[in-house]
Order: sequence, then structure tokens, then C-alpha cells
Amino acid sequence: MKRDRMDSRTSAYPLSGIELNATALERVDVSYTDKATALADVSLTLPPEEQVAIIGPSGAGKTTLLATLACGLKPSRGGVVVLGRDPWALPAAELHRLRGELFLAPQAPPLPPRQRVVNAVLAGRLPQWTAWTALSSLVRPRDLTAAHEALARFKLEDKLFLRCDRLSGGERQRVALARLLVSNARLLLLDEPVSSLDPNLAGVALDTLQEEARERGATLVVSLHAVDLAMARFPRLIGLQAGRVLFDLPRSEVSNELLADLYGAELGMSFQSPPTVEEAQMKLTRCL
Amino acid sequence: MATVALPATTMRDPAWRERVLWTIAAVVLLLPLGWLAEFNPATLWSAASLSATRQFLATFFPPKLDAEFLQLVAIATWKTVAIATVGTTLAVLIAVPLALVANRQLSISAFASGRMCALCMAARASVRTFMILLRSIPEIVWALLFVRAVGLGDTAGVIAIALTYGGMLGKVYTEIFESNETQGTRALLGNGASRTQAFFYGMLPVCLPELMSYTIYRWECAIRASVVMGFVGAGGLGQQMELSMKMLAGGEVLTMLAVFVALVWVADAVSWFLRRWLA
Repeated sequence: MKRDRMDSRTSAYPLSGIELNATALERVDVSYTDKATALADVSLTLPPEEQVAIIGPSGAGKTTLLATLACGLKPSRGGVVVLGRDPWALPAAELHRLRGELFLAPQAPPLPPRQRVVNAVLAGRLPQWTAWTALSSLVRPRDLTAAHEALARFKLEDKLFLRCDRLSGGERQRVALARLLVSNARLLLLDEPVSSLDPNLAGVALDTLQEEARERGATLVVSLHAVDLAMARFPRLIGLQAGRVLFDLPRSEVSNELLADLYGAELGMSFQSPPTVEEAQMKLTRCL
Repeated sequence: MATVALPATTMRDPAWRERVLWTIAAVVLLLPLGWLAEFNPATLWSAASLSATRQFLATFFPPKLDAEFLQLVAIATWKTVAIATVGTTLAVLIAVPLALVANRQLSISAFASGRMCALCMAARASVRTFMILLRSIPEIVWALLFVRAVGLGDTAGVIAIALTYGGMLGKVYTEIFESNETQGTRALLGNGASRTQAFFYGMLPVCLPELMSYTIYRWECAIRASVVMGFVGAGGLGQQMELSMKMLAGGEVLTMLAVFVALVWVADAVSWFLRRWLA
């Protein structure tokens, strides 16, 4: 069996032939503490400057995949290379420095409600700043021009000094993306970055992000639930289904049948095996 | 109305039985505690206690309001406020670094795996133990200790409040940090920010109002505590009140009680104002 062969391998996954600064997963399994497997046997290679869209039904593991690439989840099995380095072989301080070279934008914009937009954007500079610079920037913003320019690219420059809780959902999402523009990350991982934007703004925002990634020569990985956006803008698509890679193909080879398979099969499966009561009870914690 | 036919088992709320059990357990555990404490409200209304209470309260009227006494009270009040404010400020300075070390949300070693490194775990455990030590010794005991060490007066009260309240604030700050939304903090840590940076850019803006209102409430408690400590010679209104109590000068006591009500009211107003300003 496949499993047995993997067990017999040594823990060192060679991942040979990886380009400098590339990012890759090899036969990665990720499981959460409640034993649910989130990713199974996922392998993919992302050369620098590659732009990839991840699509798939809800719960397919898109967020988990991005978190794994962001060194935020340690796989239970398999090899990871992030920007040419094996994060889990690095000393803690080095690993954290590596996290400073990537940017993960979670699906829900992680903006504290009382923070001003200018500070929320400049937070993208934190890995380059000392603690002292960071503190003094809260008193008097360090790089107003950069924050203003980043916001302007998402048409939000007039919100510079507003508090984040005064913004609409779509504005908050774009502020979180403006944070990316002031960072100097070379691996950009975006989880549903345009989910709260209207089609027009979503297009503008994706244009900006793709252009920025090209300019800095960064790898761009975007999870999208809008398949049309993914097909229209990304040269390469990865279809995730139930934690497995169903396809990893250039756009031209992604057929309608494949897409129907990606979204349809999951629907059928979820009807076949609803969670039993025992499973539901095991997951139950103190709740009100 | 259309109903979906579900199997009988899924219609049972799996949390229900647990809730009933815990409620019964709480009642069974708490009732004996009431007996142990010999809590019997009936004794309050016996003839003997009622007449004793009446006699004591009768001496309270009228409150003493002559200029000389008011001046004395004003100075003592100022001292009390000063003891409480300086004590609470020092307590905050003790509590913030402790809470920063003790809370799990800022742990970089536990960020990906959920498991902390052994050394970090030991550091957290020892900080928690230190905070327990600080706050398990009542401020009045610290005050008695420091009255011996530094003599009668305000310093003993300030140190006593700083130590006990440092432990209390540290514990509650830690819990506020842990119970609030941590998404922003995690996003920053995940993108390579340091602990301190993640604290100031992710955690503090979320927790600030709660920290503020709890700290002001503690300042209010410190005012009351400094009065109690005054009884053992740690300065302020308490010292004054003890003299008045000893001389059975109820009018003086009533004046000072009115000052307490005013101080607590001010604390309440400050807290309300600050929270509205931050909201």
C-alpha cells in the first residue's frame, strides 16, 4: 500500500531539484487535534513569481493549505519548503524570521476594531521594524506616504485616519490587503481576498495584487470561491477536494467536467456520510 | 409547516444532560458552605442586635461639618487618593510585564504546533505562581509588615497596594488577553511580528477598554483598601476614621463615609467617561 511505503521512508524528504526561493509541499498530511484529516498527501511546487489560484468546495482544506505554506501549521507527515528553506528544521528564531518574509492574509480581515487604518496598514512593516520603531509609530506614524499610497491603490486613501470599526466589510478587507503592499514579503498567501467585494472592485483588487506580486517577483497563492475569477486571471489552478489535490493544471487544461467533478462529488459525499451523534458529541466542548 | 424527519438521537441536545448535572453539583456543593459559614439572617433582626445597631447609628447624626474638621478630612482624603493612585500605578507597572509573559496567545513557540517549548512553559508557570504569591497575601498583611519595616505612614500603604494589586491585575490582565479576540494578534505573529509588536498592534487595541475599566475599578478598590490599611497605621482617611471610631465620634465617621461615597462615584464617572471615549 501507499501508506506502508511512506512509513518506510526516512523522515528526511529530499525535495530534490527545488529551485532557489521556491516553495513546495511533498506528500503532506495535516491533521488537527481532533483527528480530522485536513490535508492528505498534498504535493505541489510553486516557483518564484508563480501565480496560482486554489479552488474547491467549502471545507476542502484551502485555508489549511495556505496556513501550511505560511509555516503556521506543522504537517503530521511530509516535507515543506518555504522560500527555499525547510521551516521545521530551522531554529525557532530563524523560523520566525522566515515568517517575516511571507504574508498570509486570513479570510476575515484581522483588524482590531479600535485601531486606526494607518496603523493597521503600517503593521505590514512590523517584521522590518524594531520594537521601538513600532511603538513610536503608534504615537506618530512612521511612513505616512507608504500607507497613503498603499490605500490609494485600493481607492481608500480618504480613510487613512479613520478607525477600522468605522469601515464597511469590503473596506476592511481592502485595508488588510493594503497591509500586504507595505510589507516586503516574497510569498503572498491570500485566503478569499475579495470575498466581500463587488465584482468590479474584486477585479481591481486582484489586478493590484497580481501586479504587485509581479513587480517584486513574489509567489502569489490565492484561494477563491469564485471559479470565474480564478479562471479569468490565474494561469494555473489547483483544485482541492476533501483535503486532496484533485487537479493541478494550467488554466487551458481545466475543463468544465473537471470543475463539475470538483464541486459535484463533494456534494454527493456529504450526503452519504453525515457525522454520527457520537462524533458530534466528541467535538462538543463547553458551549452556551 | 414541513418538518424534516430526523433520527430520534439527533433531536437530543447533547449538552443538556451535562448542564443538569453541573447545576445539581453546584447546589449540592454550595448549600453546606452556607451552613459552615453559620450564615443566619435571622440574627440580624433579634432585639439585642437591633438596639445595638440603633445606638451606634444614633451617634452618627448630625455629621460633623466644622471648618477645622473638614480641613483635616480634606488632607486625609488627598492622602488616601494619593496612596490609592500611586499604589495602583505601581501595580499596573508590575502587572503588565507579568501578564505579557504569562499569556499563551503571544507564544511564538506554540504558534504552529500549539505546544510550547519546555523553557517557555516553565517561565509561564513561575510567573503565574509569583502572581498567586503576590495576591494571596492580603494587602492588610503586607501593610502590617511594611509598617514595621518603614514605619507608620503612607509608604507602607503604597507598597502593600502595589504588591497585592500587582498580582490581581496581572492575573486578570492575562485572562482578558486570553478571552478576547486573538485573530489580529495571530495574523501579526504569523507574518513575523515579534511578541511586543503583536501585543501593541494586535492585542492592546482589542483589550484596551476592558483593561481600562478593570484598572479603574481596582483603583476604586484601592481607595477602600487604603482606608482599611489606615486602621493599622498606613496613613490616610483610615487612620483618621480609626481615631473617630475609638472616640465614638459618629458624626465624624458619617462625614468620612460621605467622602467615600463621593470618591467611588468619581471613580465610576471616570470609568464611564473613559469607556465612552474609547467605544
